[in-house]
Amino acid sequence: MAGADRNGAVTAASGSDSGPRAGFGMPTAADHRREAEEAEAAAVVLDDDAVVDLAELRRASGADEVLTALDRELVGLADVKSRISELAALLLIDRARERFGITAPQPNLHMSFTGSPGTGKTTVALRMADLLHRLGYLRKGHLVTASRDDLVGQYVGHTAPKTKEVIKRAMGGLLFIDEAYYLYKADNERDYGGESIEILLQVMENNRDDLVVVLAGYADRMDTFFRANPGMSSRIAHHITFADYAVDELGSIATLMADDLGYTFSDQAFDTFHSYLERRIEQPWFANARSVRNALERARLRHARRLLDGPDPTVGRDALTTFEAVDFSGSRVFAGGAAAVAESGS
Amino acid sequence: MRITQGTFSYLPELSDEEILAQIGYCLDNGWPLSVEFTDDPHPRNTYWEMWGLPMFDLKDPAGVMLEVTACREAYPDHYIKVNAYDASLGRQTTALSFIVQRPAHEPGFRLDRQEVGDRQIRYSTHAYAAGQPTGDRYGRG
Repeated sequence: MAGADRNGAVTAASGSDSGPRAGFGMPTAADHRREAEEAEAAAVVLDDDAVVDLAELRRASGADEVLTALDRELVGLADVKSRISELAALLLIDRARERFGITAPQPNLHMSFTGSPGTGKTTVALRMADLLHRLGYLRKGHLVTASRDDLVGQYVGHTAPKTKEVIKRAMGGLLFIDEAYYLYKADNERDYGGESIEILLQVMENNRDDLVVVLAGYADRMDTFFRANPGMSSRIAHHITFADYAVDELGSIATLMADDLGYTFSDQAFDTFHSYLERRIEQPWFANARSVRNALERARLRHARRLLDGPDPTVGRDALTTFEAVDFSGSRVFAGGAAAVAESGS
Repeated sequence: MRITQGTFSYLPELSDEEILAQIGYCLDNGWPLSVEFTDDPHPRNTYWEMWGLPMFDLKDPAGVMLEVTACREAYPDHYIKVNAYDASLGRQTTALSFIVQRPAHEPGFRLDRQEVGDRQIRYSTHAYAAGQPTGDRYGRG
């Protein structure tokens, strides 16, 4: 009660100079009048022959800022971007329809992201929560990441409370289940994962406007997962496939990543890196953007060592922030074909 | 007799939207919430049965409402309340507690007077419904 008294005292003090005393933050008559007027203004339904300015709505929603930021910061991923811009368009149209008094329930937004390693599934999911919040589909826009450990219990009766707790935490935001196929183990029929999937299905159906579920994983294993759980597949409206990146896209990703780390490429360095990627992409265990990140990390090491071992002990800002061709040509990837690289002039 | 315990108990019954708004207020203050139920609403019965564990790290009131709805379905004729706990140093106590469901028929309490020595009188309250075994109290019909 101490808090309430304190609040009350504060309200009374601030209310004393503006007419009647407002107790405990209760709305005054003036507040009620204003609210009623606002509600009336919002409730006006347009006539059947009226028109709505979509460009005006679009400006007001701020969706374009979200989309251009996404376009700038993520390379490639045309499929993902077109799906997001469609969602943004739907939101605008729904708002316009509301003006005429036509309402529709929230669209089904559950998604599955499938693709090879390093194609940006997790990165996009992290941004999707914020995006859907800014587009007005999620109330809070936080992201809860869950794996099998968080959802599936260890003994009978342990799974349901665990899964429900995660779901409750994700309410108002996005529930991201990475490597979702681990939930279901086909070879063990007494596995508790099935129970977790059942609860998820129920929530995905009943609490559609409270949370969005995103399942992510490698393409082939997700296909097996969906084949074993057809109910899951049909409750997901957006099956988004993340394509492998082309070498040029990987190059622009590298530029963005290096920029984040505070490095730039010299022209020869970028050419060398490009030929590095062309070789690396052919090799086994190529993990798209993740491999690019690792290559950059190794280049940082070589760059640091080159500066320390160099003849000139003084370095300037440019030297500290610029990758040279030798930082990449030292890679093992070139070991097989060093002569070829030398010929190409690096 | 309508039982008045906790916050808002002298107001008309809160609608689900109003309950959601109150839960939202608690979450905005960073108070974890819990759901409790009982069929023994004696004023001195502070400890009601817990419906699951207290809910931590929630962001949105819909999660708490999910549990309230589940509890209502399981115990349609019980009292159900929502508690919010303020863990901040210096307070560390229940910050808000309000009833979100009550039975359709509340018979109320009987006041017992006991004459003891020196013409003193001791008072105690006894819920009429408490004559029934737990689970059968406040049942329909």
